[in-house]
Amino acid sequence: MIGFATRRLLQAMIVMLVVALLAFTMFRFVGDPVNQMVGIETSIEEREALRERLGLNDPIPVQFFRFVTQAAQFNFGTSYQFRQPVSDLFAKRIPATLELSFTSALFALVVGIPMGIYAGLNRESAVSKLFLSVSLIGISLPTFFIGILLIFLFSVTLQWLPSFGRGEVVPVGSWWTTGFLTVSGLKALILPSITLGLYQMTLIMRLIRAEMLEVIRTDYIKFARARGLPDRLVNFRHALKNTLVPVITITGLQLGAIIAFATITETVFQWPGMGLMFLQAVQNVDIPIMSAYLLLTAFLFVAINFIVDILYFFIDPRLRVGRP
Amino acid sequence: MKHRSLLLAAALFAAGAGTSAQAETLKYAFQGTLNALDPYSLNETFTLSSLGNTYEGLTRRGADLAIEPALAESWEIVEPNRWRFHLRKGVKFHNGNDFTAEDVAFSVDRVRSEGSDLSTRVGADVKVEIVDDHTVDFVLTGPNPILNYEWDTFYMMDKDWTTENNAVKVTSASDTTPNYASLQANGTGPFKILSHEAGVKTVYEKNDGWWDEAKHNIDTVEFTPIGSDATRVAALLSGELDMVYPIPVQDIKRINDNAGTVALTGPELRTIFLGMDQMRDELLYSDVKGKNPFKDAKVRQAVYQAIDIEAIKKKVMRDLATPSAIMISPFLFSKGSEFERYPYDPEGAKKLLANAGYADGFSVGMDCPNDRYVNDEAICQAVASMLAKVGVKIDLNAQPKAKYFAKVLASGGFDTSFYLLGWTPGSLDSWNVLSNLMNCRDEAGKGSPFNLGGFCDAKIDSLTKEVLVEIDPDKRDGLIAEAYKISHDNAYYIPLHQQGLAWGVADNIDLVQRADNQFKFRFVTKN
Repeated sequence: MIGFATRRLLQAMIVMLVVALLAFTMFRFVGDPVNQMVGIETSIEEREALRERLGLNDPIPVQFFRFVTQAAQFNFGTSYQFRQPVSDLFAKRIPATLELSFTSALFALVVGIPMGIYAGLNRESAVSKLFLSVSLIGISLPTFFIGILLIFLFSVTLQWLPSFGRGEVVPVGSWWTTGFLTVSGLKALILPSITLGLYQMTLIMRLIRAEMLEVIRTDYIKFARARGLPDRLVNFRHALKNTLVPVITITGLQLGAIIAFATITETVFQWPGMGLMFLQAVQNVDIPIMSAYLLLTAFLFVAINFIVDILYFFIDPRLRVGRP
Repeated sequence: MKHRSLLLAAALFAAGAGTSAQAETLKYAFQGTLNALDPYSLNETFTLSSLGNTYEGLTRRGADLAIEPALAESWEIVEPNRWRFHLRKGVKFHNGNDFTAEDVAFSVDRVRSEGSDLSTRVGADVKVEIVDDHTVDFVLTGPNPILNYEWDTFYMMDKDWTTENNAVKVTSASDTTPNYASLQANGTGPFKILSHEAGVKTVYEKNDGWWDEAKHNIDTVEFTPIGSDATRVAALLSGELDMVYPIPVQDIKRINDNAGTVALTGPELRTIFLGMDQMRDELLYSDVKGKNPFKDAKVRQAVYQAIDIEAIKKKVMRDLATPSAIMISPFLFSKGSEFERYPYDPEGAKKLLANAGYADGFSVGMDCPNDRYVNDEAICQAVASMLAKVGVKIDLNAQPKAKYFAKVLASGGFDTSFYLLGWTPGSLDSWNVLSNLMNCRDEAGKGSPFNLGGFCDAKIDSLTKEVLVEIDPDKRDGLIAEAYKISHDNAYYIPLHQQGLAWGVADNIDLVQRADNQFKFRFVTKN
C-alpha cells in the first residue's frame, strides 16, 4: 500500500513539474509583460530598468528554477496588474468559483437525473424526444453563446435576473464570502449556473438514459417484474440504483472540469472568480497569475486522480498484488 | 391634542424632507479594471481618470479640457524660469489632514522617484522651493511654456499619511509586498474610495468636506469592470447600470432604439495612423530586396492616396470617426484646420508607384493590434484591400496588443515594416507628438522612442527644440505647424482619423463626455 501510494505520488510530482515547465515555456510566447505594466509614454530606459528588477533578463534556466522553487513554497509572487500577492488574490476569488461550480453541479444532477430516468423509461414518448433534442443543444452550442442568449432573454427582455456579477455577498468567517444568503446573490447564481452546468446536465441525462435502457433489459429486472413488484419499486429501487455507479464516477471527475473550465462562463457573466481573473491575466500578460492558475488547475486534477487511484486500491483487490 | 397632531405633522414633514433628498447611486462599468490605487503607478487614461475623482492635482481640466485652478488657486511666472503657485487654503485630505506646500514638495519628490510611471510630470532638473505654507515656487533650468499641462493628472498626496503608512516608495510592479497606497486612497477630491477590490468592484462615497461646490447629486458610485462587450451592453439595456463605456460601434443603434438608454458619441483625441519603416536599407517583411521602397516619398504618398478614408469612416467605423490630415486632433491645435489630406486617388497612386519603379507593385508585411483601438483589425483589413487595388500586396499580421507591442516597440527591436498605431498626447499638446513620434532615433530607440519607422528629418528635430522653449503662443503654433507641414509634405506618416468615443448612458443621467475619455463623477447628475 505504501509502495503503491509513493509510486503514485512520485508520478503526480512528475506531472506537476511537466505542467510547470509547459506553463513556463508558454509565457515566453504570450507577449511582453512590461508593455502592459507601464503607460505608452514610459521611456525605454525605465522599461529596461523594470525588466531588470522583475528578473526578466536572467537566463532562462535561472528563471525556471526560481519559478519552481517559489511555486513549491506556494509563493506565486506579486500580480503585475494588481500589485498584490497572487495567493491573496486567489483566496479572494476562490469562494466565487466554488459556489458557482457547486451550484452548477447540483443543477446538472437535480435536472439531469430525472430527465434521464424519464427518457430511459419512456423512450418512445414525445417528451423524451424533446429532452434528447434539448440535450443536443446543450452539447453542441458553445458556452459563451448560451450565456449571451440567456442574458438577452432573462436580463434584457424579461428583466428578471441580473446579467453580471455575484449580487450582494455576505462574509462568512475570515475570508469566505457567500452569495447564498442574499436574494440578489441567489438570483445572480441562476443564469451562470445553468450556463456552466448545461453541458454536464446533458451528459448525465444521456448517461442515465443509456444505463437505464441497458439495465431494464437485464434478467433481474424481468424477474422483479415477474414477481409483480410495482413499477415504482422496480424502476427506482432496482434499476436506478444500478445505473448510478458510473454516474457518480463521472460526476466526481466532471466537478474538477467544472471548476477548471468555468473560465468562459465567468467571463460572460463577469463572475468574479478565478477563471475570470485568469482570462484577464492572459490579456494583460500577468504571468504570476497565469502560472498560479495553471498549477492550481493541474494540482486539482492530479489530486482527484490520486484520490481515485487510492480508492481503486481499496475497491479492486487485483491492484494489490504483483504490479511492478 | 392639537399639540400632538402638530408634532406628528412636523415629524411627517421631516420624514418627507428626508426621503426627497434620497441617496443617489451611480452604477457604471468600464471594459478594463482599476488595478492599483497608487496615483503614480500607471500612466494610463482609465486609471488616472478614476483616481481623479478621489485625488486632485494643482490644476484640473474642465468639461472643454481647458486648464482650471484646482488645488492651486492661481499661478504666475514671476521670472522666466520661476513659476509661483498659490495654493488653495482650507483644503483637507479625506483623513482630515490639511493640504499644504509640504505635500506639494513631497508629491513632486515621490512622482520623480524610482518605480513611478509618471516621472515625466516634473522634469528631473526642476527644483521646488517652499515660500510659505501656501506658496510654492518651481525653479526651472530653462523656459517651459507647458510645465503644468499634464498636472491635472499629477495628483497631490498627503505627506503625513503616506509616510505613516510606509508608502513613500511608489508601488512598483516588481515589489513583493503590497504597498498601502495601492490598496487605500487619501485624496482631496469630491469622492472618497469606500472599498476597492481590484478587478471586482470599487465603491466611492461623496466627500462632504470637498472644497469646491458640488454640482453633482451623487452620493455613492459603484464601479464594476465588465470585460465582455455583450454583457456590458446588456447590463445597460436591462437597466442594471446607469452608464457603461466604451460600447461597440455596432451596438450604438440598439442602445438608441432601446427605451431608456442613449448612446453618447463624440470625437476622441486619439489619432490613428499608419507608419512605415524608413530606417532599414531593406524591409524585414517584403519581396523587394536590396532596397527599401518606403524610403521613397513617392511610394509613401502612393500608399497614402490609395486609402479611401471615407470608406473606412463609413463602413468600418460606422461614421464614428473624423478623418485626419495631421498627427494631432485639430481640437488640440489652433492651426489644425489648415491641413488637408491628400485626396483619395488610386490612379494617381499607381502612377506614383510606377514613377518610383514599382509599376508591378510589391508586397509588404503589416503589423496591427486587434484589441487596442476601435475596430483596429478591421481598419487594417480595409487598408490591405485598398492597397491591393494599386498593386501593393499586404501580408497582414493582426495580433493581441500584448504581442503586437512586444514586437513593434523598442523592446522588440522595432520589428515591423508597416504598422497601425494610435497616439494621444498626454499633455494635450503638440510638443508631445513631435518629441515622441517625429524626431530621429537610433536603433535602440534613443530620440523619439515611438517613431517606430525611424524616419529622420533634421528640420523637424530642430523645430521641436524651438517649440519646447518658445513662450509666445502664436510663434509657437507657427513652429509646430511648420513641423507638421514637413511631415505632411513628405508623407512620413499616414494619419487616418480620430476615432470616436461611444458611451452608453441611461436617460436619467446627465454627464459630460470629455474628449480625453475621462469620466468625472463631479459632472454627473441623476434625475
